[in-house]
Order: sequence, then C-alpha cells, then structure tokens
Amino acid sequence: MILPWALNIAFVLVSLALLLSLARLVIGPDKPDRILALDTLYVNTVALLVLLGIRLASNLYFEAALLIALFGFVGTVALSKYLTRGDIIE
Amino acid sequence: MHSSLPLMVSLPFVGALLAAWSGTQGRLWSAWVSGGVALASLGLLFGPALAVMQGETLLWQATWVPQIGLDLGFRLDGLSLLFALMILGIGLLVVLYARYYLADQDPMGRFYAYLMLFMGAMLGLVTSENLIQMAIFWELTSITSFLLVSYWRHRSEARQGARMALAITGAGGLALLGGLLLLGQIVGSYQLSDVLAAADSIKASPLYLPALLLILLGVFTKSAQFPFHFWLPHAMAAPTPVSAYLHSATMVKAGVFLLARLFPALSDTAAWTWIVAPVGLATLVLGAYTALFKHDLKGLLAYSTISHLGLITLLFGIGTPLAAVAAVFHIMNHATFKASLFMAAGIIDHEAGTRDMRRLSGLWHYMPYTGLLAMVAAAAMAGVPLLNGFLSKEMFFEKTVFMAELTDSAWLLPVFATLAGAFAVAYSLRFIHDVFFGGAPTELPRIPHEPTRWMKVPVEILVVICVAVGILPGLTFGPLLYLAAGATLQGPLPEFSLSVWHGFTPALGMSVLALLGGVAIYAVRRPLFRLHEQSFGRFDARALFIALESALLGLAAWLDQRLHRPSLQRMLAVILLAAVAVVVAGLWPSLRDGTLSGPLPLTPPDPVSIAAMLCLVVGAVGTVVLHRERWTALVMLSVVGLIVALAFVKLSAPDLALTQLSVEMVTIVLLLLALYFLPKHTPRESSLPRRLRDLTLAGAVGLTAAALVWAVLTRPYQSIAGWFLDNSVPGGGGTNVVNVILVDFRGFDTLGEITVLAIAAVGIYMLLQGLRLDAPRADAQGRPWSWDTHPLILATFARLLLPLALLVAVFILLRGHNLPGGGFIAGLVVAVALVMQYLANGITWTRPRISGQLHPLIGIGLLLSTATGLGSWYFDRPFLTSAHGHFHLPLIGDLELATAMLFDLGVLMVVVGITLVILIRLGELDALEYPPARGRRRVMAARAQLRRGGGH
Repeated sequence: MILPWALNIAFVLVSLALLLSLARLVIGPDKPDRILALDTLYVNTVALLVLLGIRLASNLYFEAALLIALFGFVGTVALSKYLTRGDIIE
Repeated sequence: MHSSLPLMVSLPFVGALLAAWSGTQGRLWSAWVSGGVALASLGLLFGPALAVMQGETLLWQATWVPQIGLDLGFRLDGLSLLFALMILGIGLLVVLYARYYLADQDPMGRFYAYLMLFMGAMLGLVTSENLIQMAIFWELTSITSFLLVSYWRHRSEARQGARMALAITGAGGLALLGGLLLLGQIVGSYQLSDVLAAADSIKASPLYLPALLLILLGVFTKSAQFPFHFWLPHAMAAPTPVSAYLHSATMVKAGVFLLARLFPALSDTAAWTWIVAPVGLATLVLGAYTALFKHDLKGLLAYSTISHLGLITLLFGIGTPLAAVAAVFHIMNHATFKASLFMAAGIIDHEAGTRDMRRLSGLWHYMPYTGLLAMVAAAAMAGVPLLNGFLSKEMFFEKTVFMAELTDSAWLLPVFATLAGAFAVAYSLRFIHDVFFGGAPTELPRIPHEPTRWMKVPVEILVVICVAVGILPGLTFGPLLYLAAGATLQGPLPEFSLSVWHGFTPALGMSVLALLGGVAIYAVRRPLFRLHEQSFGRFDARALFIALESALLGLAAWLDQRLHRPSLQRMLAVILLAAVAVVVAGLWPSLRDGTLSGPLPLTPPDPVSIAAMLCLVVGAVGTVVLHRERWTALVMLSVVGLIVALAFVKLSAPDLALTQLSVEMVTIVLLLLALYFLPKHTPRESSLPRRLRDLTLAGAVGLTAAALVWAVLTRPYQSIAGWFLDNSVPGGGGTNVVNVILVDFRGFDTLGEITVLAIAAVGIYMLLQGLRLDAPRADAQGRPWSWDTHPLILATFARLLLPLALLVAVFILLRGHNLPGGGFIAGLVVAVALVMQYLANGITWTRPRISGQLHPLIGIGLLLSTATGLGSWYFDRPFLTSAHGHFHLPLIGDLELATAMLFDLGVLMVVVGITLVILIRLGELDALEYPPARGRRRVMAARAQLRRGGGH
C-alpha cells in the first residue's frame, strides 16, 4: 500500500535531483563544479534505475545500474585527472 | 580421369609460386620449374585428350555458389582441346625460348611466375564450363597480361602500353561479364552445355541483341578488332617471348575463341552477320595496310596479327559452317607461323641490337639459318603454297567468293580480301627482304651472329609444323581440326577437303593475284611510304586514347569535386539534404492530408521521462553551444550519452543500454587523450550566414527524422521481431534474443565486424608507431600541472576495483546468452577496468604487471571465433551453427551452455585487445619512454627505477 506512494514520491524527488544536477552542470562556474554535477547525475540515474526495477518488479535494470556505478567512477576520475595532469594515461 | 581437368588448370598456378620461389635459388631454376609444370599439365591433358578423340565431351563439376549460378566446371571438347594444346605446347616452347632471350639483369623468377599465372588463366578460360567462371578467367588473363607487358617496369613505354591494354581489355571484360550474365538470364543456366543447347530460345529472346553486343565488345577488345585494335601495337613493349605467346598464339585468340565457343548459340542471325563480318573485314584490311608501313619488326607483326584476327572474325561473321571450319583452321595456322615469326624477330633484335627495318639489312650473310626459318614462316604468313598459311587463306578466299555469289552487295568482299592478301604478301616480303637482304648493314650497334642452338629450337619446331601442315594437311592438323570444328559447330561437320590442290578455282586465282599484287606493292613501297606519311600516318590512335582517358578522368574529378572534395561540411550537407529530400518526398502525401499520425493512441508522459528528456535536450544544445570550449562540451556530451542509455532501459532494450554505457566510457577516455594534444579552444571559423545555413539544415534533418519516427510509431506494424523471439531458444539455445542474433543468427556479420575492428586497431597502431608529440607543459590557464601524478588513495582504490570489475565482466559474459550481456559488453568492461589501472597507477606501474603483449589477444580472439564457426563443419553443419545443451554443475547450478559462448569469448578478447592497444598507444604519445611489457625481471627493474627516481 505504502510502496506505490513511496515510489511515486521517490521518482519525483530523483527527477528533481536530476534537474538540479543538470542546472549545476550548465551553470558551473568552475570545471570541478561540472565534474561533480556529472558525477551526481550518474548517482541519480543509478537511483532511478533501481527505483524502476522495484516499480516493475524486475531485476533486468540492475546490470545497467551496476555498470553506471562502475563506469561513472571511471569517467569522473578521467575528467579530474585531465584537469590536474592533462595526460590521463601517463 | 575427369578430375585431371581441374588439376591441369590449377597446376600452372602452383607452378607460378614455385617459379617465383625457385627464381631466388638460381637464375635458371625457374625456367626448369616452368618447363616441368607445362610438361606435367600437358601430361595430364593426355588421358582426357584420348577420350575426346573418341568423340566424348568431358565434364567435371563442383558446386561453388549455386545460389547465383556460379559453379566450378571444366569442360574438354575438341575446341578446348585445341586451345589447351596450343597454350601448353607453344607455352613450353616460349619457356625454352625465354630462358635464352632474357638478359642477365632480368629477374627470371618474376617472369616465369607471371608466365605460369597467365598459362593457368588461359587454360581455365578455354576449359570453363560455367560462364561466370569463364569471365573470371578472362579477367585473369587481362591482369596477367598487364603484368607481363609491363615486365620491364623501368621502361615508361612498357608501363603505358600495359596500362592501355589493361584499360581496353578490362573495359571489354566488364562488358563481357554483363553479356554473359544476360545470356545466363535468357537460358536460365550458366552452364555452357545448357547455353549451347538453347540456341533457338536465345535468338528469340528480346535480350538477345544487348547480350550479343556486350559479348562482342568483350571479343573485339580482346582480339584487337577495329576500332579497339590500337592497344596491341603498344603492348609490343613487352619482352618478345611474351609477344610470341600472348599476342600471337593465345591471349588475343581468346576473343575469337569465344566467337567459336558461342558460335552455335549466337550466330546465324542478321545482327551477328552485320556486326561481326564488317568489323572483321575492316580489321583485316586496316591491319594488313598498316603493317606494311611499320618500320619496327614487332610493329609489323602486331598489325599483321590484327589483320589475321580480323580474317578469323570475318570468317565467323560469314557464319556458314564451312566458314567456321576455315576460321578454326586459320587459328591453328596463324598461331604456328606467327609465334615463330615473333621468336625470329626476337632473335634478330637480340643478336643485331635493333628491330628497326630501316637500319637492318643484309643479315643473311651473318645468320643464314635464322634467315631461312624466318623466310619459311613469313612465306606461310603471306600465303605461299605448300605452307599452312596458304591452305586456310585459300579456304577464306573461297568463302568470300561464295558469299559474293550468294548476295549481290557482297561483291566487295573478295575484292577487299584479295587486297588484304596482297598487302600481307607485301609486308611479309618486307619482313624478309629488308632484314636479310639489300646490302651489308651499316648502322647496326653490334655485329650480328647466329644465336645459341637452343634458342632456335622452338622456331624450328614451329616452322617444321608450318611446312608439314602445308604439304600434308590431312595427316597433321586434320584430326584435330575435325574435332575442334565439330565442337565449334556442335553439330555435323560440312563436307570439306583438306588438300593442297583443288583445281583451278576462283580462290586460286585470288591467291595468285594477291601474290603478284603483293610483289608489285613492295616494288613501289618507297612512294607509298611517303604517301602514307602524309595521309593516314598522321592519325594517332594512341593520342586519341590518351585524350579520351584524360577527359574521362577529368569528368570523374569534376564530379568528385562537386560532391565532396573541398570540405567535410559540404559532403555532409549533400548527404543530409538528399536524405531530407527522399523522406519528405515519401511523406508528402500524408503531410498534405494531415494523416501523419497513425491510429495508435499516444502514451501519456510521466514526470521522470520529462525530466530525463529535458536533460537530453539541455545536454545536446549545450554541446553545440559550448563546442568551442572543448572540455566542457565533452562533459555535456556525456550527459547525452547517459540519458540515451536510460532511454534504452526505459524502452526495454537493456543490452543496448549496457553497450551504450560501456562505449560511452571508452569514448570519454579516448577524447580526453586526444584533447591533451589539441588546442583547448576551437577558434570561430564559420561566418554567420554559413552558421545559419547549417542551423537550418540541421533543423530540417531533425524535424524530418522526428516526423518519420512519429509516423512509424503511431501505426501498427509487423516487425521481424516475432520470428526471432520464436526461434531464439530452439535455434540458438539462448533466451536473450539480441545476443543470439549477434552470435548465432547473424554470427557471420559479427565475425566480419570484429575482423574490421582488428584491422582498424592494427592500422591505428602502425600509424602511431614512432609518433611523438610535444605535450603541453601547463593547462589552458597557464597553471603548471599538479606534481601528484598518481594520488595514493586513487591508486589503491583502483587496484581494489580490478577484481570486482573482472567479476562483473565474467558475470555479464556468462549470462549474456540468456539475459542482457554478452562478449562485446564484457570486453568493454574488462578494457575499462584495465584502462582504470593505467589511469590511476600509470603505464610504468601497470604495463609490466599485465603479462604479455596485447596484440596477440586480438589475433587469438579472432582465431577462436573463427574456429568456433569452422567447428560446425566438422559436424557437417553450415559455418557458425551453434550447438547448445543444458548442464547441471555442482555449486553453480543449472546452466545453459552453447558453443556460441566460445564465439562470444573470442569477441571479448578482440574487444579488450583493440581498446587497450588504441588507448594505451595514444597515452604514450608524449615523448616519454615507457618500459616494454612482459617478464618478472622487468617488473623488478621498474620497481628499482621507481625507488630511485619515482618514475616520472
């Protein structure tokens, strides 16, 4: 009974979070701000996928969430490494 | 016994390899090998030849690609036997001759390898049962003759002559292929036997005329018929053995061979007669006339060959069975006397140092024996009685008289025939008299002498044949002629007598007239030469060809320029505009009637989708707006990639989502690696109108695509998905349809794709080999780079991540066949995990710890995938059929395994290999030396270095 309500609220909140991260990404103003915004966006999508899995009672979405969790980290590291060292593979 | 046919044809191809290899062992080895191969092929022909003599037609067939009518098929009947004997017999003599002809500095191996290739191609052509296969061998003869003509590749005239010959015979070959395909369409089979049996339906078909025209184009270009004849004289830049072989006995005869081969199927129509006969006549007269005025020995022989080929074509054009018999007979005779004349010309060139008849004279005194041989052969060419040329020429004269009696307008035929005969006598006379008589030579570069004994043997053999046939035609060429003519006609032979004396016939009168006329023409040759210089001599077909060729190239360049040369933008604009135009044209009716939306109801949007789509739009627009700030644009682009992956999840395509995510990550790393060496900002390069134009175009493309998608998605439609869903488990043993399609139903495509990927990786590796780029010392704002190359926390965490990531990869690979996943995604996961190590720990730390090089991984992966596919052959199944079964393993549980998983493992290895090879090569571009891979000792060395100086 409570699950559909909780899910709905969660969906709305995560959507809001998506938009807020996006705003930070667009506004910036610094490059680290944008990296953090993108990283948060990754985290938000992980949450979104898990929520979707619960709503549809399916575990098909968890691999996508797993990969985002794994790869989002790599993306963030690569972008940051570029800022500090330029050469990301050295 | 029949299987000796394919063996006979393939033997020279093997011989080519052997000859090329043995050429490196010693100068003469390749000659011995080639001679041996030609002899062996001749030996293989012996058994089948006996059967053909009994009246059999031998066939050997194997299916190849039956769906398009392409089967391997070889056929030996009288006609192919005649040609095979000529190819192998004269080939053998040419091998012997060339061994003495070629100079010390000429590479023997290459020459004989080309010669053997040509021999194989020619044998394949004359014994082909399948028409498409015949066209393939036809092309092979063009290509190998190109190689042979340009054998002295340091000479520009050899290269140009070879190119011209290839361009003309190649164009003709293309036309021929079209004609043969049409012929096959008419008959419904590409088997020669079926085609020959379907003569009536072929001639009744509306496609008969186009097919005939295309086939004749092939024939006329190959056999140097007017107006395509001019390539042959320029091909004389080839070494003389090549001219003797290709340009007298074999390749130029391929055209007339085809006329003979398809004679029963195509001839006996008005179109045939009115095209083939006039072309033959024009070639006959023009060739004979021009030959007299050539001062080069080989030029004379080339035009004489053109003339004789015209004679043969004319005979086929006349189209009566007797004329066809005469044509086949002349093919045999011409091959013998012309090959020997070319060889004699080669000897003269070899020993006297020139082929110019204005400088040669009086060689009789120096080389009487060669002179005698040349004289007999030239007399045969002129049509002197008691030599073979006389017999077929008289048959020819007889046919022209017959035609003249038959129709009123054909009275010109015997006149022209006699005229051409007179010119033939005149140029034969010139060949002998100018070279061997007329006073002592004064302008020769060296003193001529007789050649070595064995160089004359091939000429002797051919000349002896000329004489023997001339005196006793019935006993020598007779049986072979009956066989070959019978096979040409595919029916009963007409009555004809092979004898020297037929009584006082009109043909004899023409022969006498031609002989006397020839002598007369030769007597007044000097004023004739002057007249020719001032008239026809000025016309240069080669200049015309070059002008035509450059005009054609100019047109191609112009088109190229219009369509895409100047800029990538224009190329894209053309493509996009074309796409918009096509789609709008198709959608126009529904746009006009307002019926773009179909009957299906629309799905109501939910808040999450709206938020996600908003992110997508902002990301896309942001990328465009910020594209001059490259790094920021990349971050924006990542948002687009992420949301597209989400959309795939939402629209029930989890496999696509996983692929998109992993590709996204590799792309970010790749772009960052490239950005390091690129300017940080893009300058503004386009003007405002131009940007507006591009904006309009992009908007139009977007709207068009959206309209198309809208129209499709709002209509019910039947997709092919249902079939795959139904057949995925029974056919491929997996419930994940996407993966089953990739590794099973469309496994061959996947194999092709990973092969392309592997080739691309090798290409990139080679392009980057040795490239060193200057690395920027500071970032865009001019701040120096951070001193902390590999932050400790990151390095440590990344190491911990590796086993976890590999576990994920194994999981994704194993479940891929039944649930979202698969080799490609797993491969990218492994690659990203390893790239992460390079990223966090550096090349110096990581490379020695990954045992072995990565390139072999690509090859092993490809081999594994291919071997999995080939494995199904072992069980008599088509390539890449997968086997699957249900297994129960302790601890792990129920498992559905399929051989497709092995294939998928190969895909994984290729993907890992190429991703790492490309990314790490790019990472190494900044002028620093990194330790090579592999080996415990190197790890220790690297560690020692780290301790000493902390890497870099």
